[in-house]
Amino acid sequence: MGRTLLDKVWDLHKVATLPSGQDQLFIGLHLVHEVTSPQAFQALEDRGLNVLFPERTFATVDHIVPTDGQRRPFADELAEQMMRAIEKNARAHGIQFFGNTDDQGIVHIIGPELGLTQPGMTIACGDSHTSTHGALGSIAFGVGTSQIRDILATQTLALSRPRVRRIEVSGSLRPGVHAKDLIIRIIAELGVNGGIGFAYEYGGRAVAALPMEARLTMCNMSIEGGARAGYINPDEVTFDYLKGRRFVPAGQDFDKAVQFWKSMASDPGADYADTFTLDGNSLEPMVSWGINPGQAIGVSGRLPRVSEARPADQDALRKAYDHTGFTEGQPIQGLPVDVAFIGSCTNGRISDLREAARVVKGRKVSAGVKALVVPGSRAVLRQANEEGLPEIFREAGFEWRDAGCSMCLAMNPDKLTGRQVCASSSNRNFIGRQGSPHGRTLLMSPAMAAAAALAGEVVDARQVLPAGSGNGRS
Amino acid sequence: MAGGEGVRKLIRGRGIVVPGDDIDTDRIIPARYLRLITFEELGKYAFFDERFDDNGKPKKHPLNDSRFAGGTILLVNRNFGCGSSREHAPQSLMRMGIRAFVGESFAEIFSGNCTALGLPASRVSHEDALKLQALVDADPGLELSIDLESLTVTAGGQRVTFTMPDSDRKSLVSGTWDTTAMLLSNREAIRAAASRIPYLNGFAAARGAGRG
Repeated sequence: MGRTLLDKVWDLHKVATLPSGQDQLFIGLHLVHEVTSPQAFQALEDRGLNVLFPERTFATVDHIVPTDGQRRPFADELAEQMMRAIEKNARAHGIQFFGNTDDQGIVHIIGPELGLTQPGMTIACGDSHTSTHGALGSIAFGVGTSQIRDILATQTLALSRPRVRRIEVSGSLRPGVHAKDLIIRIIAELGVNGGIGFAYEYGGRAVAALPMEARLTMCNMSIEGGARAGYINPDEVTFDYLKGRRFVPAGQDFDKAVQFWKSMASDPGADYADTFTLDGNSLEPMVSWGINPGQAIGVSGRLPRVSEARPADQDALRKAYDHTGFTEGQPIQGLPVDVAFIGSCTNGRISDLREAARVVKGRKVSAGVKALVVPGSRAVLRQANEEGLPEIFREAGFEWRDAGCSMCLAMNPDKLTGRQVCASSSNRNFIGRQGSPHGRTLLMSPAMAAAAALAGEVVDARQVLPAGSGNGRS
Repeated sequence: MAGGEGVRKLIRGRGIVVPGDDIDTDRIIPARYLRLITFEELGKYAFFDERFDDNGKPKKHPLNDSRFAGGTILLVNRNFGCGSSREHAPQSLMRMGIRAFVGESFAEIFSGNCTALGLPASRVSHEDALKLQALVDADPGLELSIDLESLTVTAGGQRVTFTMPDSDRKSLVSGTWDTTAMLLSNREAIRAAASRIPYLNGFAAARGAGRG
């Protein structure tokens, strides 16, 4: 029986079997950000321990940075204190810190961008969206602060091997249907708890056709389906993406690396715990309407009726309607929006901004809608500048910001207020997620969020785009 | 952590019923309280936006309900703790006095965080979750007893079985849930693993190429 990528990566990194029955796993790449790491560094100091492999940990800031100018000290005293803590911890332990450099950005954007993320690695970070990095064929997952402490002190974790679910997407995505729509549909089908205990392996013709940035979007939201890790087997798209990036070997060493990377892909006929199949041709743009990412429907659809839902889901639907105040059976199109947010580790990459700019170009944001674009990293911002994207957004009435997590989770000053409805390219529509306990988040692709900003309501972005425009796949 | 003080074989306490599926960690601890560089103050902020209105006035919520005051075991439903990996979520609950969870299922990262803090997360069936919640709701003074050796929860003469990953159970029962020292004791094996992983060694053909 063939082995999956997960099995190969796991076996390669296994250090020992622990008394609990768990495996001790070597973590090849550890990424840290300012919010979940200071307590772990403190625990290390309290115990008189050092960082065992400082060269395998890299740090950045993203969650708390203001996006309307990153001049120090930050206006928010707590954010400034948090920034100082990570600066101090990185310096004290010899960890490379990108937070004060031109490489600053969201941890899940800059890892792949710098070529730190590579196939066959184990990658951990104190952030649930670490699943993003699986797009390059790594086993990548979020951890809590106690586990950050373990990685800093030992470069290893105590873990149980997950089962692998193969998610096979046949056919091809139609023009105007994006990786974001695909992953939201998968979550809606399998449920927000369907992936507990699993790693999701995405494959099939529609997935193979996705460019790398779209794959990152897809793997990013694995955790919203309950799967701690999601990955795509490395292929030519992966190798082409990595070639020439800063932390990727060059020349003959690159060829050696590719040989290794290829060897880590799942074997044909690998043994999966189960398989889920989906017809890529059947997809349309998706929009979430409720309070978890699985409560989502196609843009042509109507909000579900509680009485028609599975009994086990009815409570969650009622709770969603209690919060949103939306009406059962109403079409999702035409739902008014107050805010549009384009950015986040899910959709803050250059291809996402290009896709949104294509929709926005030459048009205007609807009166009364606050619309903002937050690049995922300073590198994305520089590239966008070169392509003239900020002008397109600004002329349309969008605010153009500096790099950070921003309104995805509202730890910085970017927040919803009151009962605002936000068309958002981010990843979570949880109650209060975007900074107002009463706010409402509609998750969608960047193109759809851009179209909603222009119309002032949810619309099908495919009807806004110029005829004959290509199949962007962000 | 020394064996004795960390041992979690039997947890006794009164319950608090927090019903609902898919309660995410943003609800358990809103992101604005993550701007603190220590966990110490977090006990005050657990479920803050569900417990207090915009003016800071208490709302109807189990954690504000005097009937449940002093409870230490949270009775929850499906997929509790989903979403963000923030350990701030179980930290905030622990620091307000919670010592264990009984629910239908737990998100994986949350459950791992609980074990890393010595907080058992016990999985019971949907029917048993509702039964225990109803018992405690009817009589909040009832003492629950979670026995990690027999994998049972007892309350008011009722006994139900629960599951949890066996590795979690072993770690809790033996008091070895704080894993740092144990992992570090394998330092030689860690170095050996590092020396055979190709990308840490210039992608050299790495079979057996341990350098210690």
